[in-house]
Amino acid sequence: MMDRHRIALTVNGRPYEAEVESRRLLVDFLREDLGLKGAHIGCEHGVCGTCTVLMDGESIRSCITLAVQANGSSILTVEGLATDGRLHPLQEAFWDNQALQCGYCTPGMLLRAYELLREQPRPTAAQVREAIASNLCRCTGYQFIVEAVLDAATRLEAAAPSQGHEPAASRA
Amino acid sequence: MKPPPFVYHAPSTIAEATALLHEAGEEGRVLAGGQSLIPLMNFRLARPGHLVDVTTVRALDYIRADDGQLRIGAAARQSAVERDQTAAARTPLLVEALHLVGHEPIRHRGTVVGSLAHADPSAEIPAVALAMGAELTAVGPRGERRIPASDFFTGPFSTALETGELLTEVSFPTWPPGTGHAFLEFARRHGDFAVAGAAALVHLEGEVVDRVAIALCGVAGTPVRATEAESRLLGERPTPAAIEAAAEAATSDLAPASDIHGSSAYRRQVARTYVRRALTLAVERARGGSR
Repeated sequence: MMDRHRIALTVNGRPYEAEVESRRLLVDFLREDLGLKGAHIGCEHGVCGTCTVLMDGESIRSCITLAVQANGSSILTVEGLATDGRLHPLQEAFWDNQALQCGYCTPGMLLRAYELLREQPRPTAAQVREAIASNLCRCTGYQFIVEAVLDAATRLEAAAPSQGHEPAASRA
Repeated sequence: MKPPPFVYHAPSTIAEATALLHEAGEEGRVLAGGQSLIPLMNFRLARPGHLVDVTTVRALDYIRADDGQLRIGAAARQSAVERDQTAAARTPLLVEALHLVGHEPIRHRGTVVGSLAHADPSAEIPAVALAMGAELTAVGPRGERRIPASDFFTGPFSTALETGELLTEVSFPTWPPGTGHAFLEFARRHGDFAVAGAAALVHLEGEVVDRVAIALCGVAGTPVRATEAESRLLGERPTPAAIEAAAEAATSDLAPASDIHGSSAYRRQVARTYVRRALTLAVERARGGSR
């Protein structure tokens, strides 16, 4: 039994059309069909958060979402954070604060932090911890991740809002 | 881990959804947020042949207040209810409990009605439905019927829903102004399923309890309403001693399962502590008015 569906969606600002099997998970669609390997596969049952992407601006687990359910949506993956070859201030802050060791959780951490800072531009450390509680880091580098997100908040605030650091995908 | 093959359906009306479910029979499952069902399918613990997606039915995506009720359609996401001003005003107990459901990315996809249909005994929303006296609406081949939450949960992951029936709505009755609420739970980590949790609603007439509801999760095969404890508090002043006695009454007959998170006795003790704390906070809020 092969049940296939045509889907149309936007990923990182770019429109895609594809035919997918019903059981195709969104994370596999992004990685295997579109070649976007930024969303990682960890637990495959919605617990670890490394597959986190934004769907219509909201963080979701792409390992427990079907590709067919993403039909008509706008997806942002970690590949969509940098603009014109320049890292997003959040990514720079992660780099400068050594907020990654093995890097496996980093894509999910970045997207959760991106969502947090959009809703709460000046979070407290407690709010950052609460926000990233959905994502596991097995290097246990949480302290540096929290520091990086707080640092990114300062950097984003310092940047003139008109210049903007919003990736193209989120402006639509 | 990938789900086994299935046929995906995206109906646009309730009639279309119920017709598809009827046709699929035992092979059919409703897909709402999918935050419990897709993991089960990834593990191949569930192998439905047909998934009927209710979130594509636009008419089911609503949160509205009418006639002293807060009505939530089957397609409404948990995070939408969490942010909804009307829900905050009418059903603060539900909103407080929603903060404890998984994590934000889960709540962005998960639905309130889907959590009720899934009927996980340690889940928060079913306990809230039981405490508030919610009513569920099911539509099936024989038409529509309304099921009180007290009749809905029949066992672990089991409900009164019949094959081919679709849960379309849950309605939570609004409690009177001045009602104090509290939902508290103990989990190993924030966002994990609770070892035990307690929901409490308290309304005072002067210094005396004139309306109260207590429900627990994580302590039995279904959420549990603590009617004995409620009747002990009714007409009484909610003193610390009365609250302690109610917490004892709410939990003394429980025989929760033992697992790696704790023994049966430990869970009962946690439940008793959380009933006491939830009642204490609800009473405090009832006295304080708007908090």
